[in-house]
Amino acid sequence: MSNDLYNKTKYTLPDGQEVEIDPIREYFCEDRPEVVEPNRNIVERFFNWARAESLFILGFGTGCGAIEMRPLMTPRFDAYRFGIQWRPTPRQANLFIISGYLSVKTLKRVIRSYEQMQAPKFVIGLGSCTINGGMYWDSYNTINRLDHYLPVDVYVAGCMPRPEALLAGFEELKKRIKAGKGEGANIYARDFDWYKANQKQVITDWDMPDYNW
Amino acid sequence: MTFKPIQILYALLSVFIIMNVGLVLQGLIAKIGARVGRRYGMRIYQPYIDLFKNYSIRTSVYHGYMFFLGPVFRLTGGIGLFLFIPAIYGSPYFGNFSFAGDLVLISYFLFFGTLGMALGAGEGGHPYSGIGIARGLAQMTAAEVPLVLAIMALVVQYKTLSVTTMVAAQQGGVMHWTMVTNPVATIAAMLAFLGSMMRAPFNVVLAPQEIPIGPPTEYNSTLMAILQTNRAIFPLAKVVLFMNLFFGGATSWPELVVKGFFIYMWSVLVGVSFPRFRVDQSIRWFLKVPFAIGVLAILIVSLKG
Amino acid sequence: MEKLLNQLKAHYPLTDVIEQRPDLAFITIPRDRALDLVDHLKRHHGFTHLVILTAVDWIEDGKFQLTYLLNNPATMDDVGVRVMIDREGASMESIHHLWITAATYQRELKEMFGIDFPGSPRVDTPFILEGWKDLPPYRRDFDTKAYSERTFFPRPGRTTSDPATHMREKMYPTKGGGDNV
Repeated sequence: MSNDLYNKTKYTLPDGQEVEIDPIREYFCEDRPEVVEPNRNIVERFFNWARAESLFILGFGTGCGAIEMRPLMTPRFDAYRFGIQWRPTPRQANLFIISGYLSVKTLKRVIRSYEQMQAPKFVIGLGSCTINGGMYWDSYNTINRLDHYLPVDVYVAGCMPRPEALLAGFEELKKRIKAGKGEGANIYARDFDWYKANQKQVITDWDMPDYNW
Repeated sequence: MTFKPIQILYALLSVFIIMNVGLVLQGLIAKIGARVGRRYGMRIYQPYIDLFKNYSIRTSVYHGYMFFLGPVFRLTGGIGLFLFIPAIYGSPYFGNFSFAGDLVLISYFLFFGTLGMALGAGEGGHPYSGIGIARGLAQMTAAEVPLVLAIMALVVQYKTLSVTTMVAAQQGGVMHWTMVTNPVATIAAMLAFLGSMMRAPFNVVLAPQEIPIGPPTEYNSTLMAILQTNRAIFPLAKVVLFMNLFFGGATSWPELVVKGFFIYMWSVLVGVSFPRFRVDQSIRWFLKVPFAIGVLAILIVSLKG
Repeated sequence: MEKLLNQLKAHYPLTDVIEQRPDLAFITIPRDRALDLVDHLKRHHGFTHLVILTAVDWIEDGKFQLTYLLNNPATMDDVGVRVMIDREGASMESIHHLWITAATYQRELKEMFGIDFPGSPRVDTPFILEGWKDLPPYRRDFDTKAYSERTFFPRPGRTTSDPATHMREKMYPTKGGGDNV
């Protein structure tokens, strides 16, 4: 913990009372994520259908691909008719679109946002950059393989893919969720140590709790 | 009117009906809004799917007791408002508990939910939720001023605080509705109605992309679903209240649905036609035109009486 | 522009003057008079806008070239003031007292080239690279491909489809090698 922001600090309240605040305990949660075993009954199947048909995308554009998501709101493509909406906060979203290249600095924010989303949650890797680095494959600052840092459900290849390709990706994701394969959050919880090791290998100034949801 | 225990069951049933009407209306309105924007629009049953999905989220984060109570208060505000209004006039089953409450109580319930959210969002630890709440409350307060003036005009006109009595006085045809007998107060109240329906031009306090600092930011999964349920109930409860005060109430469920749809459409029509006000602009607007009309309504009624 | 350059030549030891366009000129000046010249241009010749402050790595000469590109909003003239500084222990005087925006450029140069600007605000705070431990990445002796392969888990199976190679191998196989096929 290199950052002073995360150390215990004493504050004096306006009425003179002194309180000690430990930001890690007060503002974050350091508990590891837990695997929630999905049921295999008809209720879960119904819920999976509801999850697939109501995808709330986190409004977080990480790279140039974010420009491809904007036309989806317009009359021409209109993603709303597929049950897709945008949400401003990770607490309410259940789909994270990594839109294009991901620099190390952004990856840190992406991990924090992803961990704040509530399970079950899904990730779509948009564009070649998330698959193997794309045209930034030999860059000093952009990651090459997204699936080493976050569990990815669907990749949409292209540089950049058109909005139609993205819509096809949504349909593919819906099929996966309805088949009960959209268990990215559980995979993340199960292989938590592996993901954390990979993340810490590239994020050298790790100044946040290991799991901050 | 005497109280019978069976009325509790009927009250629950009426809340259930109003929730479904609200959800369908939400989808329908979203569809109409989309069609105005030349989009195909979401499916009409999409609000149901969203609700099921949010109730099915497996994990949840909470920040203390007050955080839980925020959505609960909000839902209480919606249901409470609805339960103290006579939903169906003259029906022994769906009059709810209107015999027990009056306009003063209802005015409190209009505000109750937002105050509950203020307490809950403050507990959420989000540094800017206080700003979001302050903006929302400031605009709501400004919108309440013409509404209260209009309600006072009605109280002077009918010489009662009971909603049931007011509805009773409006029975017997369109010519007896407050809309006709007291048009100035109706105009003031319908302008105030726009401000409390959380649609454009008065929804900057809620618009998520412009202000990702608002009160519901931290609410997730089931808590979010409770807020969504309230989003279905609360506007319709308000619509029913306005229906009772100004448009003769409803004597049957179909009449309630049809009248409710048209009153709701008033806010939608304005919403799709006009761009948004900033909060300071909307407060100034409410304290100018609707306020003046409200004062005028009171003057007219007092001079008549 | 001609008049301005003649005036400057009279007062400053300009070593190299390139008039690229009628409204764009690059002048090179020794390091000890550089900030004097930039200050002079800003005060007396109306070059009030700092367009960019950037660097070039001349690794063969052991030099960094700093370019202060200045703009005169009234006449729409641009002047680039070039300074060669030593690559070893690279350091330059800060100009954040002339343009506060220069502090951001200097922060970036510190991070990307390792050129120090003592006294510049927040010059040591990470700009884009958080917690960078390797060589500054814009230096030409930094091997970005090797770094990427070492750090970012390259996905195996990547093949090149460089157009020149492809044409040489597939379309003109009989003509043999050489770049001029």
